[in-house]
Amino acid sequence: MNSVLKLILEGESLDTAQIGKILGMGPEAVERELADLRRQGILLGWRPIINPSYEAERRVRAVIEIKIRPEGVGGFDGLAERISAFEQVESCYLMSGGYDLLVVVTADNLYKVAGFVHERLARIDGVQGTSTHFFLRAYKKDGFIVSDEGLRRDQPSVSP
Amino acid sequence: MDDSGRFVARHVATLPKSGIRDFFAIVSKMKDAVSLGIGEPDFVTPYHIREAAISCLEKGRTSYTDNRGTQQLRDEISRYVAQYYGPEYNPENEILVTIGVSEALDILLRAVLNPGDKVLYHEPCYVSYAPSVTLCHAVPLPIRTLSSDQFALDPAALRAAWQPGSKVLVLNFPTNPTGGTADRAKLQEIAKFAIEKDLLVVSDEIYSELTFDGDHVSIASLPGMRERTVFLHGFSKAFAMTGFRIGYACGPAAVIDGMLKVHQYGIMCASIISQEAAVEALRNGRESMLHMRDKYRERRDFIVRRFNELGLPCHLPRGAFYAFPQVSVTGLDSMTFASKLLEQQKVAVVPGTAFGAAGAGFCRASFSTSYERIHEACERIGRFMDTVQKR
Repeated sequence: MNSVLKLILEGESLDTAQIGKILGMGPEAVERELADLRRQGILLGWRPIINPSYEAERRVRAVIEIKIRPEGVGGFDGLAERISAFEQVESCYLMSGGYDLLVVVTADNLYKVAGFVHERLARIDGVQGTSTHFFLRAYKKDGFIVSDEGLRRDQPSVSP
Repeated sequence: MDDSGRFVARHVATLPKSGIRDFFAIVSKMKDAVSLGIGEPDFVTPYHIREAAISCLEKGRTSYTDNRGTQQLRDEISRYVAQYYGPEYNPENEILVTIGVSEALDILLRAVLNPGDKVLYHEPCYVSYAPSVTLCHAVPLPIRTLSSDQFALDPAALRAAWQPGSKVLVLNFPTNPTGGTADRAKLQEIAKFAIEKDLLVVSDEIYSELTFDGDHVSIASLPGMRERTVFLHGFSKAFAMTGFRIGYACGPAAVIDGMLKVHQYGIMCASIISQEAAVEALRNGRESMLHMRDKYRERRDFIVRRFNELGLPCHLPRGAFYAFPQVSVTGLDSMTFASKLLEQQKVAVVPGTAFGAAGAGFCRASFSTSYERIHEACERIGRFMDTVQKR
């Protein structure tokens, strides 16, 4: 794996200068690597991971299972790309099993999610049915355990 | 006034306190210190191992176990040691589960030493070796190892340090604090000497899985050595299980029996919870262990390169998770260097003298911490180096 990418994926908050020092390269070289990764479509973007209990993050999230009829409307890809384009949609996946698309949406409140489902999704030709599930509480998010205490360690600062 | 000191035995009263304790007292009061003084993994115990401990409690398995350790754990240890180190030990009478390698070393020395016996060991070394020998009313005989040899034990130095009355040779490869290792050829020479002088060899191999370059060879696997070697190992470093306090000794039955007597009267048995977690570590922990080892190796490469760039000569440790730079190039002794670095830049490293006189002129810096902290510590050490060099 690309060494810059590997370091980023380890989840430590390092800036390009720090990454450069660790890998023995200049910060410009790190910037170049990052630009390359973007150009190749490997690194899609950056986003901070916020504790969902933080006030500004207290939005409503839901997963929506969608059954679709792919004939004549660009197939699965055509419909999935159309649905993905809505700004409320955080992620969208084609699934195996009892439904076809799994969509994660975020909105300010429950009514906005409801509105999205019946005014937007349900009206799309090819959407046969939806089933919406709201998130109640996060215990782990993007690899981070979400708890007030976190992982507290009573580790001595010097030990043999 | 507390004058209870008069009750303390002479050999304990004169025992120096660990240099690490003194340093810990200063660091623990300081805010914003970046510590490279920690001698344990920064990883939390892998979850599947913690889960085995939880499950043990959940099922109500909270009793004493056999003094030697549970049958299940001894079976697993026997299998693991044979697979990765070579020698085969009988779980019935050649394996003893202990409270970490610390207990194993202590009860082994107590089981084999008579007052006045001499114990050879290489220095710089783990802080407990000399005190454990002294507590047995025996005599520690340190052998100096050198940075020019990457702190490997020179068989010629061993021969020179030997004295009549020497009974035990303690080895620790990879070494805390130097990361020194011993290759097969060196071990063969050491083994030959041990046979010639009829020494019992105690091989503390707690860091063996964390060998970065070359294969780890256990002296117990060399011809003629199994019958005179006690192999000590544990779970703290490789599986990030320091708080579980669990280790083991493998060796010839009569010596293990002697240890068992000291162990059963002093300790009874290791915690059943830790023993069950240890079984899980041996059965399924290899993948997480290798992952952690790779991380240590990457961090090692970074910190050693930075120390050398900053003007602190530092050899590449081939095992364990400590860099051992030579700080005497600054004109400061190890204690002064460590104290001033802490005072001026709030970076904690451990003075080499905490690991014996042979550590003079060096400091131990653990790289068992995040890149971010290692990076920050190196920046601060760089600023510190500017002030000492301008002086």
